[in-house]
Amino acid sequence: MLPAPFEYHAPRTTEETLELLDQLGDEGKVLAGGQSLIPLLKLRFASPAHLVDINKIKDLDFLEERDGTLRIGPLVRHKAAERSSLLASRYHVMADAAPQIADPIIRNRGTIAGSVVHADPSGDWGTVLLALDADLVLRSKSGSRTVKARDFFSGPFSTTIQPTEILSEIRIPAAKPQSGGAYLKLERKVGDFATVAVAVHLQMDDGKVRSAGIGLTAVGPQNLKAERAEAALRGARLDDATIKQAAALAAEAAEPKEDHRGSVEYKRNVVRVFTERGLKRAYERARGGG
Amino acid sequence: MGQSITVTVNGEKKTAEVEARLLLVHFLREKLRLTGTHIGCDTTHCGACTVLVDGTPVKSCTMLAVQADGQQVTTVEALAASGTLHPVQAAFKQEHGLQCGFCTPGMMLTSVALLQEKPDPTDDEIRWALSGNICRCTGYMNIVKAVKSAAAQMKASAAVPEAATASARS
Repeated sequence: MLPAPFEYHAPRTTEETLELLDQLGDEGKVLAGGQSLIPLLKLRFASPAHLVDINKIKDLDFLEERDGTLRIGPLVRHKAAERSSLLASRYHVMADAAPQIADPIIRNRGTIAGSVVHADPSGDWGTVLLALDADLVLRSKSGSRTVKARDFFSGPFSTTIQPTEILSEIRIPAAKPQSGGAYLKLERKVGDFATVAVAVHLQMDDGKVRSAGIGLTAVGPQNLKAERAEAALRGARLDDATIKQAAALAAEAAEPKEDHRGSVEYKRNVVRVFTERGLKRAYERARGGG
Repeated sequence: MGQSITVTVNGEKKTAEVEARLLLVHFLREKLRLTGTHIGCDTTHCGACTVLVDGTPVKSCTMLAVQADGQQVTTVEALAASGTLHPVQAAFKQEHGLQCGFCTPGMMLTSVALLQEKPDPTDDEIRWALSGNICRCTGYMNIVKAVKSAAAQMKASAAVPEAATASARS
């Protein structure tokens, strides 16, 4: 399979990239890891006239904590997240998710930011960012703006990013003591999309939940944030009854469709079970275990 | 709309005029006639087209040839370049790590990359590393055996300077 013809650009700087995107408008498409975009081009689901490859811009590859914020650049590949000791020790939901993305060869090349902008409702990173209450910095030639993850996704494969913008940075509030997270994913085999996955992030404060983030994968037209479940946890002690109630609310927030991966009831039930397990695991990690 | 690229393939610089939409796998197979790299699913699932780009396994059906400009690509043809089988090739042969052989080039390149990083992998680590390469024949048992055997072989020959050079070249 061969993509439709396009013109290829490989700018060396971010400024050059933004200038190009500004000129190209709707005709331009950013190529990062290409592990979703190139298959789409081959299937001719997408046929942009211009591809703007950002892989040569090395300063877009950063994953670091600075000024109270975890910052993730557009060229951070899944593999880097999988191997990051910073994520393993303090950003459990990300460290859990990374090795469950696609397969190891795809993880060598695919990027976190690319996956987020691709906005597949079955994609994992969007859900993780919803649970972590991330900010997305969208930059164009004329300036930059910051959008909350929950305001970024607008439907299947749809977001509020403009063709002239790049997702220049993902910002996550730096992990504090007494925080923990987990990502649980059900897939039929390695490399399959999720049947269901649940992201949980907890910030505890003297035995009570200060804030909770819960994201749901593959059970709606986009990655979902289970806001009622999050609200029910705020200020509560994490006893069995509270966990059960939050899990039930998360299951209610899910809008699954029946397909070859399972029925509506089944998927909803997996959301409930995974939310329970995820909260328990996140709580344990917030207390310094697991 | 040709674009000139220079890619170092198996140690040799290759310059060619290519269309931007040409996939790396087609560049290797059709322009360079290196047909050891196979096209399996063509949808980024099976891993048959795996090659090493700057030492890292990549599905060459999911990368553009123009993206490889200035980079090092290693295909299965490089493994026995010296005329003797690479320890990974020898082990796949010895342990029956293949039946039809279609997935084998990809399997071996992923294995070579794994062993470069982890010279003594556990069964789990091997299965994990190879989970993006699909084999429909073997049931994987003998592939895992082959990688373990190659690891042992490479460790043993690492003590012998000459053999160490031969395996490091890949």
